Amino acid sequence: MFDFQIKDPSTVYDVVIIGSGAGGGMAAHELTKAGAKVCVLEAGQYFDPADPKYITQMKQPWESPRRGASSTRAFGDFDAAYGGWNIDGEPYTTTSGTEFHWFRSRMLGGRTNHWGRISLRFGPDDFKRKSIDGLGDDWPIGYDDVKPYYDYIDKMIGIFGSNEGLHNEPDGIFLPPPKQRLHELMLQKNNKKLGIPTIPSRLSILTKAINKDRGACFYCSQCSRACLAYADFSSSSVLMIPAMKTGNLTLITYAMAREVLTDPTTGLATGVSYVDTVTMTEKVVRGKTVILAASAGETARLLLNSKSSRFPNGLANSSGVVGRYINDSTGASRSAIVPALFDRKRYNEDGVGGMHVYTPWWLDNKKLDFPRGYHIEYGGGMGMPAYGFGWGIEGINEKYPTRDGIKKAAGGYGATLKEDYRRFYGAYIGMAGRGEPVPDYNNYCEIDPNVVDKFGIPVLRFNYKWSDYEIKQAKHMQDTFEQIIHEMGGEALGKKPDAKTNYGLAEPGKIIHEVGTARMGNDPKTSVLNSNCQAHDVKNLFVADAAPFVSQGDKNATWTILALSARTSNYIIEQKKMGNL
Amino acid sequence: MKKRDFLKNIGLSSLGMAVMSTDALAGEMLDGPKPKPKVKAVSPTGNMPKLNYGRTKDEAERDAKLMAEKFLTEHELKTITVLSDIIIPADKFSGSASQAGVTGFIEFIVKDKPEFKTPMRGGLRWLDSTSIRLFGKDFVSITPKQQIEIVDEIAYPNKVKPEFSQGVNFFSLMRNLTATGFYSSEIGHKDMGYVGNRPNNWEGVPENVLKEFGLSYS
Ligand SMILES: Cc1cc2nc3c(=O)[nH]c(=O)nc-3n(C[C@H](O)[C@H](O)[C@H](O)COP(=O)(O)OP(=O)(O)OC[C@H]3O[C@@H](n4cnc5c(N)ncnc54)[C@H](O)[C@@H]3O)c2cc1C
Ligand code: SF4
Repeated sequence: MFDFQIKDPSTVYDVVIIGSGAGGGMAAHELTKAGAKVCVLEAGQYFDPADPKYITQMKQPWESPRRGASSTRAFGDFDAAYGGWNIDGEPYTTTSGTEFHWFRSRMLGGRTNHWGRISLRFGPDDFKRKSIDGLGDDWPIGYDDVKPYYDYIDKMIGIFGSNEGLHNEPDGIFLPPPKQRLHELMLQKNNKKLGIPTIPSRLSILTKAINKDRGACFYCSQCSRACLAYADFSSSSVLMIPAMKTGNLTLITYAMAREVLTDPTTGLATGVSYVDTVTMTEKVVRGKTVILAASAGETARLLLNSKSSRFPNGLANSSGVVGRYINDSTGASRSAIVPALFDRKRYNEDGVGGMHVYTPWWLDNKKLDFPRGYHIEYGGGMGMPAYGFGWGIEGINEKYPTRDGIKKAAGGYGATLKEDYRRFYGAYIGMAGRGEPVPDYNNYCEIDPNVVDKFGIPVLRFNYKWSDYEIKQAKHMQDTFEQIIHEMGGEALGKKPDAKTNYGLAEPGKIIHEVGTARMGNDPKTSVLNSNCQAHDVKNLFVADAAPFVSQGDKNATWTILALSARTSNYIIEQKKMGNL
Repeated sequence: MKKRDFLKNIGLSSLGMAVMSTDALAGEMLDGPKPKPKVKAVSPTGNMPKLNYGRTKDEAERDAKLMAEKFLTEHELKTITVLSDIIIPADKFSGSASQAGVTGFIEFIVKDKPEFKTPMRGGLRWLDSTSIRLFGKDFVSITPKQQIEIVDEIAYPNKVKPEFSQGVNFFSLMRNLTATGFYSSEIGHKDMGYVGNRPNNWEGVPENVLKEFGLSYS
């Protein structure tokens, strides 16, 4: 039998939040600022980007015995993600014939310590796709409902970009964008000829200081390592640590939530039971309101695992929609070598930790054979050589004569090989399309009846397949990439991905924008939450991660997670004031 | 090792890109998800270098265990040193692979990525047996001229004679590991002219470079 230890039986928090990532961090920040007594349960360990214990920023590749290889961290030894696609003792499964990859970070701030900082507002059309193309569903809210919160986080968190007056790429409150790198200038010039807009990117990085708690960017290009100056957005540095300073936050790390507890008579949430993963004991915290923000997948898992006689299908799941409609961005990519960049002059081209320009969706789907758009992210430049550098030169050096016009055989060794590495350095570009999928009832996650994790918590089983909509979109991406490469006088690397590989369409989950597992809507029969991210079935239960998304546009999800979480927090504060919670 | 399309072997950093937004990277890590190896806690033995770059407890334990492990023999390491210096010798710009610590890097990485163990050990055996067949002695004991004769047979994948084909795959692996180890070292960064990884104020591409490419910011 479990020994349910009450952490502090006398304490009933105003709000208990599960998870400290984008969604949980924002809710904790807003609610503690408003004076609520908040408890955050975080499954992972503490993390502060400024604490030398954790710092990987500006370390040299040779400080790592593996020179930064991805042996234990999926995105390399210096990446600030404690977790990855697979976590020891915390499995997930898929139904046969389907695929899903689930990236999790177990740490204060979740996946926001190392995310790409690409911070795109949804546009007006992104909330109303069904009205436009008849597929999927409209959100119960529109751009105007969320705009004030986008404005608020633009100012509070900080973001650079440029106001372009584009209908579905709304303007924001932007800091100045960094100047383009060389290949980015070349791309802009070339894409112009092709009619492909290429504009300053929008990243939550401070090109200017905005307050005294956070520094300005010093252009090390390493936001994925989390910024010790707090010059980029991480939930840890920008939301959770300030929330702790209010004195209103109790943070419990190593606290793996098992289920949401409810009162059998009222059906209201009363708290959360969790596993203290250090002592491996069961504990409980009590709260008047519970917010799930453990990421879209985990939120579905928690709801489905919170079964009781009153909620036999799982909590807040009278619709049966929990876990349904899970959707990830589409992704396809291509790289190229650009001879115009051979033997380039050296200078520090690190820039910010991400691209300085991107291509927003520019075409009209009515004239295409797929319903939804994509944007393009670009890579390139004279990056820091680390593990993987130089790999595969035998596939390249035969194709291009040396500076003195000497043709060489593929491969080789010696001083002339060293010349090749120098010659090709910084002469590559990469392109990655990120597109909108059509959410599908038949793509879902559920509880695997046969498998538990090391804490004894039943795990998720995913069932996800791409449809023709996404595959045709990936084909279009590949055609566009070749067009761009050709126009630049570059040569695409590898064979063009074809139908056999779904045109290089990444497997579901790989783009790490999974959303939609507890979607909002006006009809309790077809949605889990109302338009305030409040459960239809349980009025003191809210969701603040990407689970409420009805669809995701071709915009990376996080800026909208943050805006919605701020909006939901504001609603909770109002409802508390009115005595409704 | 199975002969694979070279592209599959390219990690993105091999393209030497300053940026691939990590978001873009998300879908592209070409070596894919890796099961986290199970590790038991071990107490570090010997004089292990102290790793000081934000390791988690699990990682520190795994690293200590790897460093305590002995996989490649002294003879194998000696052969690797000779080969890597043939691949990356000193020239007027920089030092050689072994001066940049490539031997130690390879020694570690084959333990860290066990998929390299058999190709490396087997490849080195192949090299020695070929050397004995041709010259009567193992690779490190033959003359530099004889060493180059063998290397010339396996350094050019598109020109290889059938009887040397296994050697080509081994040599490509050695070339790739040597280059990666060399250019990710301090000597390698200097050689490449990489001047980043330090606080600075990015003010755009230098004027003379813009001019060279006929580009401008206005
Ligand atoms: C490499 C990478 C690049 C990315 N780039 C971008 C980008 O450029 N733009 C963008 O918009 N998005 C990007 N993303 C996605 C972005 O990171 C996520 O959208 C965002 O972090 C989701 O926030 P969240 O609060 O829902 O979940 P998370 O950030 O995942 O946080 C969830 C937290 O809950 C905790 N938790 C989980 N389960 C439990 C439990 N049972 N009990 C207690 N705590 C629990 C976790 O430990 C974690 O700390 C990227 C992701 C990755 C991995
Ligand atoms: S690029 Fe700028 S914001 Fe990002 S980690 Fe470096 S200094 Fe910080």
